Amino acid sequence: MSDEYAKLKNHPAMLGAGLVLLAAALVALPFALATVGTAWVRITNLAILFALLALGLNIVVGFAGLLDLGYIAFYGIGAYIYALLASPQFNLHLPFWAILPLGALVACVFGVLLGAPTLKLRGDYLAIVTLGFGEIVRIFFNNLSRPINITNGPQGISRIDPFRIGDFDFSRSETLLGLDVSGPIKYYYLLLVILMLVIAVNLRLQDSRIGRAWQAIREDEVAAGAMGINTTRIKLLAFAMGASFGGLAGGMFAAIQGFISPESFVLVESIMVLSMVVLGGMGNIWGVILGALLLSFVPELLRYTVEPLQRSLFGKLIVEPEVIRMLLFGLALMLMMLFRPAGLWPSKVRKRELE
Amino acid sequence: MSALLEVANLSKRFGGLEALSGVSIAIDYGQIYGLIGPNGAGKTTFFNLLTGFYRADSGEFRLAGARLDVKAPYRVAAAGIARTFQNVRLFDNMTALENVMVGRHVRTSSGILGAIFRTRGARAEERAIHEHAHALLEYVGLGARQHELAHNLPYGDQRRLEIARALATGPKLLALDEPAAGMNATETATLRRLLERIRADGTAVLLIEHDVKLVMGLCDRVAVLDYGKKIAEGAPTEVRRSAAVIEAYLGGALA
Repeated sequence: MSDEYAKLKNHPAMLGAGLVLLAAALVALPFALATVGTAWVRITNLAILFALLALGLNIVVGFAGLLDLGYIAFYGIGAYIYALLASPQFNLHLPFWAILPLGALVACVFGVLLGAPTLKLRGDYLAIVTLGFGEIVRIFFNNLSRPINITNGPQGISRIDPFRIGDFDFSRSETLLGLDVSGPIKYYYLLLVILMLVIAVNLRLQDSRIGRAWQAIREDEVAAGAMGINTTRIKLLAFAMGASFGGLAGGMFAAIQGFISPESFVLVESIMVLSMVVLGGMGNIWGVILGALLLSFVPELLRYTVEPLQRSLFGKLIVEPEVIRMLLFGLALMLMMLFRPAGLWPSKVRKRELE
Repeated sequence: MSALLEVANLSKRFGGLEALSGVSIAIDYGQIYGLIGPNGAGKTTFFNLLTGFYRADSGEFRLAGARLDVKAPYRVAAAGIARTFQNVRLFDNMTALENVMVGRHVRTSSGILGAIFRTRGARAEERAIHEHAHALLEYVGLGARQHELAHNLPYGDQRRLEIARALATGPKLLALDEPAAGMNATETATLRRLLERIRADGTAVLLIEHDVKLVMGLCDRVAVLDYGKKIAEGAPTEVRRSAAVIEAYLGGALA
């Protein structure tokens, strides 16, 4: 990465032009998608949310080398915090700029609560404990409807407030500067800004004293300890950072969807986010984003192509899109492990480790 | 003046095996102190107790007059004892420079917020870490190889890189676990010059070593362990003449 960047740095004009083009494309994208269908803007928004999640998990898995199979729990915690404080459930309607950070903070606290007793475990053992944590959190969401109804159980929480700044409501369509700006398009821009902030935070973390400590722990925990790194504390920091990003994404998810239920936070979702990180390239921020975008978009593309294709070829639906999705997903992961074990766009370090 | 490191009455059992029993040593400032003994004498156990990797059954450590907390390796490093490993343990996929930069971790303090906001303090610290690490690489003679990955370096260079990384923690005492193991004669000679220079620059060294020639030529003071007990201590010339040492190394029949 840094080499390519260094090369580009020598051509500031080219770099500048490239960035301007990219920015223009990103700004125009939702309007282009909206001509195909607003559904595609929503899909893009979800893809960005998953990119946020994958970036958070990447801190834990990619930077610090800790396998976390219950990551979606933090997403759920952030989502429920938002939903409970901004919905008719308790008749609370706090502003988003207050509860979004609160959700991140609460998720962070849970990250520390999970990490503090478990980070002495390594590898498989840590994975099992985190998996259990993810399930416990989901089951809590499911059952905290009695004796006092907090989460509304399996029915979930609906009519969650959208983001609002004064009169500007993110869920409402309106005409601005002669353009039809729908709710999802507004959220798209907000998500894009947050994604860029999260990328910046990740890049800076990676290239810092803490980032080096994470890498050292991943390389050799014993030696890292002998060099004066408080390994438990630094690993806990990775857990807390990853969890906060998960909580942040969760709050946004709740606001954008307007409805959440425990079903959104099942184990398969944890596995999916982990797959994004692994497929894209553990430890490389750009690779992880690529993984998240691919695993979000390809299934949707299939959904929109497989069915019409089969109908036009055979006159009826033979294989469900969902089945094809899982088949291709399995195949893709197998091919990856065979041909690109470090991911599609691996970090330099990971590539070296696996060669 | 009291000694830099005082170890009093150190004992450690592994089940029925008494790995160390009642060992006491004292290392002075500016000394290279050799700890030798046949295989299984308890040298590495001593080393691991000192650096917080094992817990002692009894015994006390004092570093520069203050009680040394040996509950965790990172605390020992923070207190001022840096170690190397018998089998080199570098961060293989990091460059030589990055390895040494990790060693500065314990003497620096910027955290998450400093990293995210790139505060002026964090940037200045990062620059200082970089410069210090680079200077240490020059010091051990690896300045030209700073951007090479640790695992691509030749064996002798890896050993020296490990010493540079340990020095980066700013130790009062540098503890080396068989630094010359597996080295050829040239590499050993380079290592010897490096250790002499470290001593001249004021850092004390604890050396566990099998290479008796190196130990005898380099150390100011030597202790000999056998079956977990200290059987001799003194200047190299005295220790070499000790009957107990000759017996431990060569067997009773020859003594």
